[in-house]
Amino acid sequence: MSMPMMRPKRKNPILRTRVMNLPPSARGRVALGLTAAAAEGRLMLQVCERCASVQYPPREACAGCLSPKLRWRNQTGEGELLAVTILRHSNDLYFRERMPWRIGMVKLDAGPTLIVHLHGDVGEAPERVRVGARLDRSGQAVLVGFPAQELPHMADDPVLRDMTSDPKFRKILITDGKSPVGQAVAHAMVKAGADIVWVGVAEPWKKPPGWDALLALPQVTAVPLDVTDSKSVQTLGGELGGKVDIVISNAEVHRPYGIASRPGTDAARDEMEVNYFGLLRLSQAFGGALKARAADGPASATAWVNLLSIYALSNFPPHGTFSASKAAALSLAQCLRAEMRQAGIRVINLFPGPIDDEWNQTMPPPKLAPAALASAMVKALRDGVEDVYPGEVAQEWLERWREDPKILERELALGGAHA
Amino acid sequence: MSDQIKTGTGVLAALVAAISSTRVRVIDLTQTLSPEFPQISLPPEMGQCWPFRIEEVSRYDERGPGWYWNNFSCGEHTGTHFDAPIHWISGRNLANNSVDTVPVAHFVAPVVVIDCHEQVAQDPDYLLTVEDILAFEAEHGRVPAGAWLFMRTDWSKRRDPAAYQNYDETGQHTPGPSAEAVRFMVQERDVLGFGSEAIGTDAGQGFHLRPPYPCHYLMHGTGRYGLQCLCNLDLLPPTGAVILSAPLKIQNGSGSPLRVLALVEDGQ
Repeated sequence: MSMPMMRPKRKNPILRTRVMNLPPSARGRVALGLTAAAAEGRLMLQVCERCASVQYPPREACAGCLSPKLRWRNQTGEGELLAVTILRHSNDLYFRERMPWRIGMVKLDAGPTLIVHLHGDVGEAPERVRVGARLDRSGQAVLVGFPAQELPHMADDPVLRDMTSDPKFRKILITDGKSPVGQAVAHAMVKAGADIVWVGVAEPWKKPPGWDALLALPQVTAVPLDVTDSKSVQTLGGELGGKVDIVISNAEVHRPYGIASRPGTDAARDEMEVNYFGLLRLSQAFGGALKARAADGPASATAWVNLLSIYALSNFPPHGTFSASKAAALSLAQCLRAEMRQAGIRVINLFPGPIDDEWNQTMPPPKLAPAALASAMVKALRDGVEDVYPGEVAQEWLERWREDPKILERELALGGAHA
Repeated sequence: MSDQIKTGTGVLAALVAAISSTRVRVIDLTQTLSPEFPQISLPPEMGQCWPFRIEEVSRYDERGPGWYWNNFSCGEHTGTHFDAPIHWISGRNLANNSVDTVPVAHFVAPVVVIDCHEQVAQDPDYLLTVEDILAFEAEHGRVPAGAWLFMRTDWSKRRDPAAYQNYDETGQHTPGPSAEAVRFMVQERDVLGFGSEAIGTDAGQGFHLRPPYPCHYLMHGTGRYGLQCLCNLDLLPPTGAVILSAPLKIQNGSGSPLRVLALVEDGQ
């Protein structure tokens, strides 16, 4: 069983901060299918539509029958550990810094044999294991052998912790601490073992319900932050940038209007100013400092979380301008991810459906409770995934969007978001 | 070489000489436009006045190697600002009711300053009364027609934005005039307008007066003006100062941030 992680010692300030050397990240186009699934926390392998064989590594054609008709399918990952070896030497800088490193050979019940990284709780062969796909620090999919049963403190395993972004012992900035989601996320991060939770405060004269109770938590500190104000963002970036390990960009403006239901551009502009330009300002002020600390010990800088919306994928006309601002934010988040990935910082996008808050008062259930969204955020950090679609509505939209975005667009135009 | 231009001997020459010798002092009654200065907040589903925001264009860098400048944005009612009659529905049909058409002579006018700071220290919801105005007049003389009436509250000394806004669950608690005092100022004294240190000319709870927001409704409905977010009113004499308050010339503008200056003569 993994030993529970102890609070990391304070950094020795006379030593040079370690620079991130990423693990090998080159992948062919076909192999990116594994990464796409791992980005959502799933293990998928190619299955031949003609002979039904499951194959690994990914290829253009079936290794058994040469058919090109291969479909990516979810896998349980259950199998038998055949052999274990310990690497004590590597010319690759990433592994060289982390020796010794255990790897194993696993024969999946579904057929193929894989070479996998081993979680510390996996014993010697032969043993039943469960193989999962994870994104490594380069953002590419790798396979990890886990023990067949969940054990306590599994997330504290060094191999896993290095690939994921567990909030435990980390210092977290939540850009809007006052909103229901911001408050729920702050509570969830404290519960997940965060060391410090800074919560941003815009418009300090407004005090929402729950605010005093949140500030009473010893881990929580309010800081002035208004993402519409470049000076405010830059000032806080200067003050905290070198300490923050996880940025949670949750500040948002949401107004329930389409084009015809609200004259003028004021509400739409407020949405863009916070949802899009706010993210841009934050990225410029905090991105560089996060990148510089990506390998800074066991509580390094590790992740950036964006609260987007399922409406980012396809416009929901009754909330049309909000959808547009979230689509813009999604596009920028992809740019941020591309830039942060080179430094080993994970960018996680959450795409919730309607949240149970004041701006969705007229939406019928199911609506996502802020606490459920916060739990999904903690889980995403622990699992090291990139894209999360929490809740029933988001899952349904995602499925329909993947099936055919054009059909979804037409359904939404008829107002059938959740019909 | 030509002779130096002769300074005249008229009123303006005397004024310039008095300013240069500081016998007439120029006092700034303006809050600094900054992103931190609070803006008026309406219920969030309503349209909102933009706060002051500023973005660098270049600062002697690759975006402009030899120069520094900014773009800024704000609403017509951000920071220390002027309210024109068109701002309120009651003044919407008056002639010359927007900042670009208000007679420019009104931008230079005398002021009387009624000190309410002790009452406001006891009660942030304090309303200026007719009795306050009459008591002032008993000491200093009648408020002249065409003068500004400023209510000194020292509210501008609240530097913390939360204390300046002073919200609780029932809204904002800031001083302003009573409906009766506004009627008196308009009907009995023919003032040019009303000036306040708080975020609006009306009290924070002014929505609950009759009529709602009496200072906006009655002042603007009769072609009068408002100045708010003023500061340094404690440096003004009760009578005798002159206010310079020219708003930006915004086409059909309902108001404008502006620099408000007071001229104060020694011995006043």
